[in-house]
Amino acid sequence: MVEEMYSNSQTITATIPKAEVADLHFYYGSFHALKNINMVVPEKQVTALIGPSGCGKTTFLRCFNRMHDLYPGNRYQGAIWLDSDTNILSRKVDPIEVRMRISMVFQKPNPFPKSIYENVAYGLRVRGENNRQVIAEKVETALTNAALWDEVKDRLKDSAYNLSGGQQQRLCIARALVADPEIILFDEPTSALDPIATASIEELISTLKQKVTILIVTHSMQQAARFSDYTAFMYLGELVEFGSTKEVFAQPAKKQTKDYISGRIG
Amino acid sequence: MSSANLQKIRADIQRRKLINTIFALVGILVIMVAILTLLGLTIQMVIEGSSRLTPDFFTSFPSRRAERAGILSAWVGTSLVMLVTALTAVPLGVAAGIYLEEYSRKDWLADLIEINVTNLAGVPSIIYGLLALGLFVYKLQLGQSVISAGLTLALLILPVIIVTTREALRAIPNSLREAAYALGASKWQMIWDHILPYSFGSILTGVIIGLSRAIGQTAPLVTIGALTFIAFLPDSPIKSEFPYISFDWLQAPFTVLPIQMFNWVSRPEREFEMNAAAAGSVLIAMTLTMNALAIYIRYQLRKDVKW
Repeated sequence: MVEEMYSNSQTITATIPKAEVADLHFYYGSFHALKNINMVVPEKQVTALIGPSGCGKTTFLRCFNRMHDLYPGNRYQGAIWLDSDTNILSRKVDPIEVRMRISMVFQKPNPFPKSIYENVAYGLRVRGENNRQVIAEKVETALTNAALWDEVKDRLKDSAYNLSGGQQQRLCIARALVADPEIILFDEPTSALDPIATASIEELISTLKQKVTILIVTHSMQQAARFSDYTAFMYLGELVEFGSTKEVFAQPAKKQTKDYISGRIG
Repeated sequence: MSSANLQKIRADIQRRKLINTIFALVGILVIMVAILTLLGLTIQMVIEGSSRLTPDFFTSFPSRRAERAGILSAWVGTSLVMLVTALTAVPLGVAAGIYLEEYSRKDWLADLIEINVTNLAGVPSIIYGLLALGLFVYKLQLGQSVISAGLTLALLILPVIIVTTREALRAIPNSLREAAYALGASKWQMIWDHILPYSFGSILTGVIIGLSRAIGQTAPLVTIGALTFIAFLPDSPIKSEFPYISFDWLQAPFTVLPIQMFNWVSRPEREFEMNAAAAGSVLIAMTLTMNALAIYIRYQLRKDVKW
């Protein structure tokens, strides 16, 4: 079973794993949403989670920053090892600590109803940074890295709600970037955006991987094929196949993967 | 499409638009009736009382002679009682609303509390007066004082503030909560930095409704023993000697504007009715000032929140 899962494992072991998922199960109350997931998230690479609606890819993603802790009745089982030494699902690990190391960009842009500047700065303020100089520098860096600085540098005090959808999403990326996270989780970040905004976000994600490990949920296979290095295909709460994107798309080992990629399911 | 068919569709559209217009007209009519009645009553009262609205009216104590009677003790009493009410009901109500909405578990107990709080908002005010008479005046020995009155009215408007606070918090989309949490915010940071500022305008609206309800109350204050004739002021809260602040005024007997009005209206002389109208105008002016202040605060605070 395990050998099958890592059918393309030669390529994966070549890179350093940033996170390792071991025997992960997840339950919404009595609903068994994720079943025995094992995979690695390679460091400073883009790993895409694909699969049809309801397959559990977003549920899986939200395990990485313990988002499920916010709602009652949810239960994790198994482990996600960060740097091989911290199980971020352990009750002993504070979810706040996890979220300070692993940040997230949501499906729908969700900037705060504050100024553009304050949106990004909050990622620093939340951890007690008060030095104006430091905040100003880091906000500029984050906005530059999110390819938004040139568009907003003259109106940092404007409401974030005056930005277009694509700009808002890049602002959310800047907010997620500002405190130098180790992993950024993207939950279908372009599904609410038009094609041009989508292209700019995709380009941005491809450049971000030089600095940070990226895990992205997408239901667009083309998107996964375009810029991810690794792809995990999920179906009905299980991880069906995981390997380098090239191999998963060119020679899928499993029939379900093949069917999905060729558009027969999903 | 045949022209007969088109005719039919057009006739149908006309009919539907007519119904729409009729409703709009009825709506305007109903609103006008409500507003004009209120406006008429207010204007009539102001006109009737206008001859008594002199500076002396505000600086004189009540008197047996109508032309010398004033509302000094009443407006001071109303102000002090409202101060106590606002200072207790607002923090308590907002905190309770935050707790119930953001912290408490959503189980049958929470439902029970919710139903009860909502029902409390509809309990007749005199019941609160009876409760306060037993609890504040006798049990806690606070006496027939400003603090008893303030606490009574605070109890009265607590449910309103709790319910509106909860509704205001509920109106904030969950995506903003998740955004804050995802950056590593604690629950309190999420509430203090985001949810509260974003919902503050709506919370303040609830506070205004509550305080406006409190300022006009008569029954519960009569129950706890407000005086109808009072010819002295409570002790000043500011002193010339150390420690400069005094809380003796909390213990002072009091009257409030609505009670003063009631007292005057119940007299046979026509002149006292003018006094009552004048006092009523002052009461309305105080309510409007309070609301204007709240709107100004809301405007100031919303500058930082940019929807």
